Amino acid sequence: MALDRELVGRSYPPSAVYEVGRAKIAEFATAIGADSPLHRDVDAARAAGHPDVVAPPTFGIVVSLEAAMVVLDDPDVAIDYSRVVHGEQRFTHHRPIRAGDRLVATTTIDAARSVAGNDLLTARVDLATEDGEAVCTATSMLVARGES
Amino acid sequence: MTASRISAAGVAVGTELPEQVHRVTRADLVRYAGASGDFNPIHWNERIATEVGLPDVIAHGMFTMALAGRAVTDWTGDPTALVEYNVRFGRPVVVPDDDRGAEVTVTGKVGAVLDDGRFRVDLTVTSDGEKVLSLARAIVRLA
Repeated sequence: MALDRELVGRSYPPSAVYEVGRAKIAEFATAIGADSPLHRDVDAARAAGHPDVVAPPTFGIVVSLEAAMVVLDDPDVAIDYSRVVHGEQRFTHHRPIRAGDRLVATTTIDAARSVAGNDLLTARVDLATEDGEAVCTATSMLVARGES
Repeated sequence: MTASRISAAGVAVGTELPEQVHRVTRADLVRYAGASGDFNPIHWNERIATEVGLPDVIAHGMFTMALAGRAVTDWTGDPTALVEYNVRFGRPVVVPDDDRGAEVTVTGKVGAVLDDGRFRVDLTVTSDGEKVLSLARAIVRLA
C-alpha cells in the first residue's frame, strides 16, 4: 500500500524517560568490542572532560529504534511490520550520550514515499534530556518491501 | 577535552585509516541482541530467517554499523570525536552456525576536509568480498 505524503512532518508525543546507566553503556561497548576506557571508567571519562562515562556513537539506537516504532503503530501508516527492513541510519551527535542522562525521544516522520512497490519511511528521533537539551538526532529509513 | 591519538594537523584528504577485520559469530549476535534490545529472530534463529527468504541468520545492520564505526573511533582514540555517522544497509552479513562465523572488513579514508576541525571519513565495509554497507560516512572533529 502506498504511503500518504501528508504523513510527512507528523510528530508523535514524547516517549517516557529513558535513564542511561553506566552498566548499559559498558554492556553495549562490550557487545561491539569498543574498548575505550571512556565507556567504562568514570575517572578516565572525567579526566577527558565528561561528567560521566560516555556511550559509543551508535548507542542511541537502544532508545531511538523503539521510539520510532510509534510510527508503525500509527493506523494511518499502512505498512506491514513483518516486511520492514532497516534501509539507512544516521546519527548526529549534539553532545555525547552519557550515564545519568534522562532522555526523552520525540519521533517525527521526515519522509514517506513509495518506490517500485516498496514503501520508504524516514523516522527522525530527537533525543533530548528531560530539561530539553538536545543530545542526539537518530534518523532511521525503514523499507517495507512490496508483496512479490 | 580528550586527547585524541591523532591531530587535525596530521590529517588530509586521502589519509587512510588502519584496516580492521572482524570475525562475527552467532554468539556475537546474541550478545548484541541483548545489549541493544533488538531481539528480531532473524538475527539468531535460522528457521525463521529462512522462512522469510534469507539464506541464513544475518547480523543486525546496526551491529555492522557499530563495528564499522570502530575503525573510526579506534583511529581517533576518542569515541566522542565522531559527531555524525550515517550508513546505507546494502547486503546482509550472513552468519553461519559455526565457530568461524562471518568476516567483516572495514577500510576508511578521509574524503573531505570540512570547516571547524571536522573531516569526512568514507568507509568501505565488505563481507565475503561484497560491500555490505554503502554510503558509510563519518564526520569526526579533531583538535
